[in-house]
Amino acid sequence: MDLNINEIIEGSFQIIGGNFANAGEASMQMKSKLMEIGVHEAIVRRAAIATFEAEMNVIIYAAAGRLHYYISPDKITIKIDDMGPGIENIELAMQEGYSTAPDWVREMGWGAGMGLPNMKKNSDEFKIDSVVGEGTTIQMIINFS
Amino acid sequence: MTLKEIAEILEAEVIADSDELDVLIKNACSADMMSAVLYYHTPDSLLITGLTQPHVIRTAEIAGIKSIVFVLDKKPGVETIELAKLKKIPILCTRFCMYTASGKLYEAGLPGCLFK
Repeated sequence: MDLNINEIIEGSFQIIGGNFANAGEASMQMKSKLMEIGVHEAIVRRAAIATFEAEMNVIIYAAAGRLHYYISPDKITIKIDDMGPGIENIELAMQEGYSTAPDWVREMGWGAGMGLPNMKKNSDEFKIDSVVGEGTTIQMIINFS
Repeated sequence: MTLKEIAEILEAEVIADSDELDVLIKNACSADMMSAVLYYHTPDSLLITGLTQPHVIRTAEIAGIKSIVFVLDKKPGVETIELAKLKKIPILCTRFCMYTASGKLYEAGLPGCLFK
């Protein structure tokens, strides 16, 4: 795949917890950047879905968070860290359908317990670290070939 | 199936530019849970939902969904409509419930999204 990229492209966004009005903005900007440099549509979609799910998790559960992405000629690395409650049992949280989301979040169409499994499914490498009372950090890598 | 045909089957009000009604829809998924949409959708599909907030449009854009049907005569707000126009995602509003709308389209030959 010939990409229009000569150096690392970086992007960074602040995400505010509870701000559903702008939910998805960071992911959509990142998606546009990947399209711009010519990454294959199916790979762009995987990166966008994984990032959107991570962005929504910050909005739903945390007070605030940061999203960084780094695009190199062969892959995109996405890092999200938040100031949230942390995840008590990561193994349980990775199970499809497990969710601790309150009813008001479910009424908005989120909290189905598919977020973390969906991030993992769409990533080539997925790492999650969490400390209860401090926050959660996720790193995802998606290869371009 | 074109969006125009879908609008006729669902007796739907269309919020779109007229040239967008020629869009070809290959399959559909019905859901109110956006993570389920992101998990199970296939590209070029139609989303049938009862949620009308702007983040539904963003979900559709992220997932590559071509158009959205709002059921039970739910009318989206100005913010949702403006975002949909900006993203070129046509909206249809039908009086039918999600079950009936899905059934009518399935009966007319529009298959469901393939579960992975």
